[in-house]
Amino acid sequence: MSTTDKAPVQDFATDFDHTDPSWVKDPYPIWDDLRQRCPIAHTDRYGGAWLPTRHEDVAAIAHDTDHFTSWTVVVGNGRPGEDALPPPIGVAPPITSDPPFHAMARRLLQPVFAPKQVDLYESYVRELCGKLLDPFVGGSAIDASLDYAEHIPVGVIAKMLGFPEEDGEIFRGFVHTILEAVDKEPEERIEDFQPVIDYFTARIEEHRENPQDDLTTFLLEAKLGDMELAPEHVFGSMLLLIVAGIDTTWSAIGSSIWHLAQHPEEVARLKSEPGLLDTAIEEFLRAYSPVTMARLVKEDMDYAGCPMKKDDWILLSFPAANRDPDMFENPDEVIIDRKVNRHAAFGLGIHRCLGSNLARMEMRVALEEFLARFDSFSLADPDAVTWSQGQVRGPRSLPLTLGNF
Amino acid sequence: MKVIIDSEKCQGHGRCFSLAPALFDSDDLGQGVVIGDGDVSPDQAENARLAQENCPEYAIEIEES
Repeated sequence: MSTTDKAPVQDFATDFDHTDPSWVKDPYPIWDDLRQRCPIAHTDRYGGAWLPTRHEDVAAIAHDTDHFTSWTVVVGNGRPGEDALPPPIGVAPPITSDPPFHAMARRLLQPVFAPKQVDLYESYVRELCGKLLDPFVGGSAIDASLDYAEHIPVGVIAKMLGFPEEDGEIFRGFVHTILEAVDKEPEERIEDFQPVIDYFTARIEEHRENPQDDLTTFLLEAKLGDMELAPEHVFGSMLLLIVAGIDTTWSAIGSSIWHLAQHPEEVARLKSEPGLLDTAIEEFLRAYSPVTMARLVKEDMDYAGCPMKKDDWILLSFPAANRDPDMFENPDEVIIDRKVNRHAAFGLGIHRCLGSNLARMEMRVALEEFLARFDSFSLADPDAVTWSQGQVRGPRSLPLTLGNF
Repeated sequence: MKVIIDSEKCQGHGRCFSLAPALFDSDDLGQGVVIGDGDVSPDQAENARLAQENCPEYAIEIEES
């Protein structure tokens, strides 16, 4: 069943659907409304799901690994089948792992994404951004999503994993298969997934034969205690990097440029006060948080008056939490010098985004290079901007008019 | 004035060492660590508060002397 076959949502409090066109277009008023009257919405769609909209509830659930499992983190029509690695491991460790296994799987990858390691990729990112943008200098138009933002994380992740840079198009197809096509039936999704398996298997074999100084070889040689990682673990972690590392950062860069394209006074300010960019990036991350996660309810329970059933989904909306007026003053206003900004764009608790340092670096370099080349830019046509569907939100088409006006 | 990181709460968001690099650093895993014994000189007091107020996990404590 595709989105177009589905009944439109009448009331998001009792029948929400995060793939509904109205949500895809503009989810913020929906969350504001739910926050005031629910504040945890429910739907029978996807086999049953709950949607907390207040920061307090999102934070509590994110921290509560006793009652909620991360076994799968993308809401779909099915639940993990018998082929999936069982909890506490899950299909893509460590994001799909629960304690106590989670800590081991995460610790293994943490050094790779620590700030000092991530900094080593900065010059590569800067060079890549320059290569992407230079052909547009002096021109009058660019699609900041298709021509620019989407290529940056693809290049970085390919470089980290030691995959051919020209395979970017293939990765983007995988991301769509996994993240955007959530409303397909489980059988169809398994069929769609086969090329992903084949591609990774080929890259793993190449690296087994010819070890390289990259993350793929690192995973193949990594040990948990005395044990090599299970092949499913290696596969799952690589999959995680592709899925979590690409359209998330692409979205964050795209949303930031989308915002700036409508606020020339902020562009001017960031050009004259480059030291403000880090603060502005945190505000873009808060206001346009790209990533919503999911949990499954472990056992029947009552949570804040909600009768949750085993295997119900929780759509864990960090973006909604980041617009909660109880947590942020004027939450719907983007204030690029907002000083106090305890946002949860990278999640909360043990699953804090492993790549947050990398994402921030990519955002900073991408915006610096963009601002350095263009004095002014605006939306070519606000209605031509399209937004992704699913749990990662960002502009997928972002046509801009460039000019020196 | 002294800053302390509650390592049970810290999840390595990195806000503290970005906002107050004179007071905090990251370890090899990317977790926040206090530099030295955490004493805050008067010129760093504002950065200490900024780090505290931006930690998503409420992991930073400030002890006033």
